[in-house]
Parts: sequence; structure tokens; C-alpha cells
Amino acid sequence: MSMSRREFAQLLGLAGAAGVLPSTGFAALKHSADPYEVANFGNVRLLHMTDCHAQLLPIYFREPNVNLGMGAAKGQAPHLVGDKLLNHFGIASNSLEAHAFSCLQYEEAAVKYGKVGGFAHIKTLVDRLRESYGREKTLLLDGGDTWQGSGTAYKTRGMDMVEASNELGVDYMTGHWEFTYHQEEILKNIKAFNGEFLAQNVFVTEEALFSGAEEYIYDEDTGHVFQPYSIREINGARIAIIGQAFPRTKIANPARFIPDWTFDIYDGKLQEQVDNIRGTENVDAVVVLSHNGMDVDLAMAGRVSGVDVILGGHTHDGIPSPTVVKNNGGTTLVCNVGSNGKFVGVMDLDIRNGKVEDFRYRLMPVFSELLAPDAGMAKLITDIRAPYLPWLTEALAPADELMFRRGNFNGTFDQVICDALRKVNDAQISLSPGFRWGTTVLKGQMVTMEHVLDQTCLTYPETYVREMKGSELKLILEDVADNLFNPEPYLQSGGDMVRVGGFDYVCDPAESIGSRISEMTLDNGEKIDAEKSYKVSGWATVGARSEGADIWDVVAEYLKDRKVASIDKLNTPKLKNVEGNPGIIDYPV
Amino acid sequence: MSIDRRSIVKVIAVGGALMGASVLMPRIALAAWSKEAFEAKEQTAAMKALLGSDALEESTEVNLKAPDIAENGAVVPITVVSTLSGVESMSIFVEGNPSPLSAEFIIPAGTQADVSTRVRMGKTTKVTAVVKANGKLYSASKEVKVTIGGCGG
Repeated sequence: MSMSRREFAQLLGLAGAAGVLPSTGFAALKHSADPYEVANFGNVRLLHMTDCHAQLLPIYFREPNVNLGMGAAKGQAPHLVGDKLLNHFGIASNSLEAHAFSCLQYEEAAVKYGKVGGFAHIKTLVDRLRESYGREKTLLLDGGDTWQGSGTAYKTRGMDMVEASNELGVDYMTGHWEFTYHQEEILKNIKAFNGEFLAQNVFVTEEALFSGAEEYIYDEDTGHVFQPYSIREINGARIAIIGQAFPRTKIANPARFIPDWTFDIYDGKLQEQVDNIRGTENVDAVVVLSHNGMDVDLAMAGRVSGVDVILGGHTHDGIPSPTVVKNNGGTTLVCNVGSNGKFVGVMDLDIRNGKVEDFRYRLMPVFSELLAPDAGMAKLITDIRAPYLPWLTEALAPADELMFRRGNFNGTFDQVICDALRKVNDAQISLSPGFRWGTTVLKGQMVTMEHVLDQTCLTYPETYVREMKGSELKLILEDVADNLFNPEPYLQSGGDMVRVGGFDYVCDPAESIGSRISEMTLDNGEKIDAEKSYKVSGWATVGARSEGADIWDVVAEYLKDRKVASIDKLNTPKLKNVEGNPGIIDYPV
Repeated sequence: MSIDRRSIVKVIAVGGALMGASVLMPRIALAAWSKEAFEAKEQTAAMKALLGSDALEESTEVNLKAPDIAENGAVVPITVVSTLSGVESMSIFVEGNPSPLSAEFIIPAGTQADVSTRVRMGKTTKVTAVVKANGKLYSASKEVKVTIGGCGG
């Protein structure tokens, strides 16, 4: 591989320019070089961000200690955690980048290095990476999951993030959680977006064509709801950018918000699109901006040829260097750039003789203390937040331990959500979806309503309480486990395992559907009976709308009553067949 | 294109309705010919009742298009196309359904063997397309996943 790991490691290892830094943890490090000084390479620079989940302000975000790869994915990027990930990519332990890419010594390092992300800080970094290269030679691409994940995005139906994206200067985007508003709201948001919204895999249903959809869809002949691709000439090179929205949107999220559109992975159509672009558009490079998730991108890169780079998202994997996938047409680089505004990917391409000759890649962590906030963006964020500040900043309870979500199984913040559902709704068992968004709260920090919204803020937040048979519970767990651990990437749907409260189980990820889950046992030691009914509470139902209170109000009530954010017991499965898997460290049971 | 997509869809829909009528009427006339096949609870029994045999030859000239994961199990889009000569009928079986035979299309001589429909699927199972051509049965199969959904990252 041609990318220089050493160069990257050097750059980041020597953190902290004298005089630039505020006098916090970083100032004490006495480093001499600037971690954001990047050598220019080639003639086109692609800047890539994804899955920020509407985090406008700097946050803490702990990378997972469990991200198992099964079958052929075992031990391969992105299924590496902790020191296994650092060793694979040649990153020095106890360094700035070790903290960015792994969960090792998380709390200690988080205190030392401070928060990450924040749009005002990302803006400063992006501008700098554009100016130093020549603004006209750069593009900023956003892989989506931008309009959802915060209280302000919820209240403004995503429009706050459209404004922030415009201020940031996003050139292209595709989507997933963008589709959790109503169709007409999505179209309105896209209209207000200054860049281009691309999706080659979203089609109008035939029923909708009879009822007026032709008025707004991009191409009535092909059925594309959105523009499938765009061509841009940059510094003498013609580049095609193809959008790939999350193909399982109508399965993973409520179909009722977007009844007229249909999504999937269409390898054949994508190949046709690529061949057609290469045949008629005289392009020098083809880029896919994808929300497939990294496993699906890797599989797709092997099946579809003619794509130079896949800039991917969805699975929230902060991967320091691209995976090079061989296919019929040569090779495709597959990147994934983490989540929550924590990283900006920098792909410098050397495009000559009608093709990509070489590249350099760096995944830059956005350390907020190392980057002065952009004044214009900071003002916009203040204005966006102003009407909702009393709601967002309400103090609920101090964190008595590290509160986090990300990981294949349970996290401490999810346990709090599960405990809240059981307590407030008087249920024996609780279920909470294994989303990969949700920020981290350090021990001693005050948990505010905003933190709870970081974990829960979606457009179908209603809770439910209902009787469920043991056999139904098992079915749910098996189904979700298959969406996560099926060795065939196209049969996965993203997300992590459903979080549970009030019972434990044994999980064998290497098994097949129907056989992964066993020994479901209530906290009191009683085995869950397939025929017996249990009172179950949960939230985020994708079918019909539930009737209960919004999940954030349930969690807020629980935390205010309890007066401290902590857990008594973590309900997480005992695992089988994961010994030696480099996708797991420090697992509690 | 001289005709837009919406018009084509409308033409197809109208044509489909007419075709359905012309195909269905002889069925009524022939009374019991397909009842046993459509009501069979088991796939091999349905095949035998409909086609006289369940001896299928897998063929690359039968192209079955179905999603890897159904977006909605109630309406799963299925397309069957065949390049075989002498195609007489094309039928679709969903193995795990209570009644596995979902559809049969009679292909008159000189007609392009290219059909699309939607089938209902209650659970993850194998979909099989059977093409009868020159008296022999050719097939293609694909498993389609039906999931409860939710929990997307």
C-alpha cells in the first residue's frame, strides 16, 4: 500500500503547536509540531465526514471494546478493537491517535486530550485543509446521518443541520437518518441544502408514480427519486461522485415516513451506472459516497468494478487507512470515517493520464482543543440552540461512572435507559435498540437532558409496555443478532445488538439464526419460559406508532428520581466462540 | 424516449389487467386444473399438482430477481426472465409459505418470457422460479430474508 502510515503517525504523535493551544491538558504536553499540518499530494483533495448525528458541539466519544467480525470478516478492518487495532495500523500506544482510534485508558486519556468534534472546530479544520491545498482543488463529501441525533435537529426537523452543512460548505451528501422525517420535509431540507444530495439506489414506487410523484422525482424514466450521480471538473480532472444511500432504511427505520420510496443494494444497476459514466462522461475517477456500512462496502467493492474510492459510513468505524479491495476492474479503496464529528478523512488523489495513479490518506481526529472554533459557525450554533437552551441544559444527575453506548452488546448508558424503562413503566424486562450513535459522559460530569437526547433523539421516540411471550423475546434477539452477525454482509442491517434490561442470555455469534441465543434468564435467576408471558417495555418501534411517553422523558424522570447516573448491574450476554477474536477486549463476563 | 415512465407503467398496468382476464377465463373454464396446486401445503406437492413433476433442472437461463432482504414481506417484488426457447409457463414457489405456489404465468408462443409480480412472504425462505420449456422443467432459486426490522445504526 502506498499510503504513509509513518508520516501520519509522526504528524499526530507530535501534537500541539506552541502558542496555538489553549492552556488545558494539551498545553502541558510540550509538543512542537502541528498535528493538522498535512503535506499536499496529487492534484485533487477529497475531504470526507460522515455520521455526525447532528452533534454541533464538541463531545466525548469512546470507541468500542467489542466490534466482532464473524466468518471472513474476523480479524479484518473494521473488526479490530483496542491494541489489536493499534498494532494492525502501526499506531503507538498511549498516543494522541491511540486515544482517537481506540478505547484504551479511555477516561484518563479523555481528560488529558479533551473533547472531540464540534462543527465550529470541524469548520476550522476543513477550511485549513482546503486553503492549504487550494480551495478550488478540494471537495467536501458528507456520508449522511447528519440531520438526526440532537434535540435541535428533532425540533427543527433537520433544518438546523442543513444550515450548519451549508455554513460548513458540504458539496455532496447522501443519507440514512435523513429519511426519518416525512417525505415532504426531506424534500424541503434537500431544497435548502446548498450542495447536491445524491442517491443512485432510491427509487419511486410504481404506486406513487400514479399519485403525483413525477412532480418532484429526479428522473421519471429511471425512477430515481434523487440525482444518482454528479460530475465535477477539479484542477483538470473529471470526477464522478455516485451516491449510495443506506439500502436498509425502510427495514431499520419506519417505512411509514417514506411510503413512496424504495431502497436496496443494486449491484447490477450500480455497475451499469459506473460503466455508463466511464463510457460517456469521459471521467478520470469514480467515487462512491456510501452509507452502506463498511462490511457491505467491502463486499460491494469486490462485486462492482470501475470504482476508485468508496467513501463510506453507517457503521461508525474510524479506520486509519483504506482497505484495498481487488475486483475485475482493478482495485477499489474503501474508507470509513467514524462518527459524531470525531474525524475528517483526507484523501489526496494523484490523477493523471485519465486515471488515479496514486493516493495519500489520513484520517484526522478532530480534537476540539487543538482547533480554534470558527466564529461564523460558532454564532450559527449559538443561534440554533438559543430557543431550546432551557430544555437542553436541564441538569438531571451526576454520572457516577463512565456512561457510553458504542459496542456490539450493552453499554452503561443503555443500561440506564433499560433500567429507566423497567422502573418508570413497571416492567419485568426492557429492550432498547443498539444504535451506534450516542455520545459519552465522563464520570463526574453532570448528565443533562442534552446527553439523554444524544442517546435517544429520533422521530419515533414513543415508549410501549406490552405482554410478550418468552418465545417472542427469543425471536427478537435472534433476528437482531442475525442482522449483526450474519457472515454475508448483504444480509446484515447495521446497528448493534438490542440492549436488554432485567435478564441475561448466552450468545454464540458464530451460530446461525435460531441458534445464537440461549439460556435467557431473569435477574432473579428464573429461566425465561418460551410459553410464559412477560411485561416488556421498550421504545423506537418501526411498525406502528407506540402510545407511551417519549423515551427521553422516561429516562429524565428516572435520573432525577435516582439522583445519580449509575448502574447496579450490566445485562450483557455471556459469549461463546469469541476467544482469540481481535474484535473484543476487556469484556466483563 | 417518446413515452414517459408513468405512461409505460399505466400501459403495463392496463395490459396486465387484460392479460390477467384472458389468462384467468380459461382457468375458470377448466375448473379444477390449478386448485389442488394452489392449495397444496407442501412445495413438492404443489409442483407435482401444477407441473406433473418436481424434477427440476437448475438453469442459468432462468434468471430470478428477488431482494436479499425484503423491504416489506407483504409485497416482495419478484422478476423471472428466461432465455430458453419454447417457454410454456413460468411459476413462482415460496417454500415456507402455508401455500407455496404463489403464481403461474402462461407464456403464449412468441411472447417474451419476462414476468414481474409481488409475493407475500411470512418468513425467511427460499423462492424458486420454475420455467416449463419444451415439456421440461428448469429452475432458479434464491433465499429471501424477512426480518422484523428496527434497531438500525
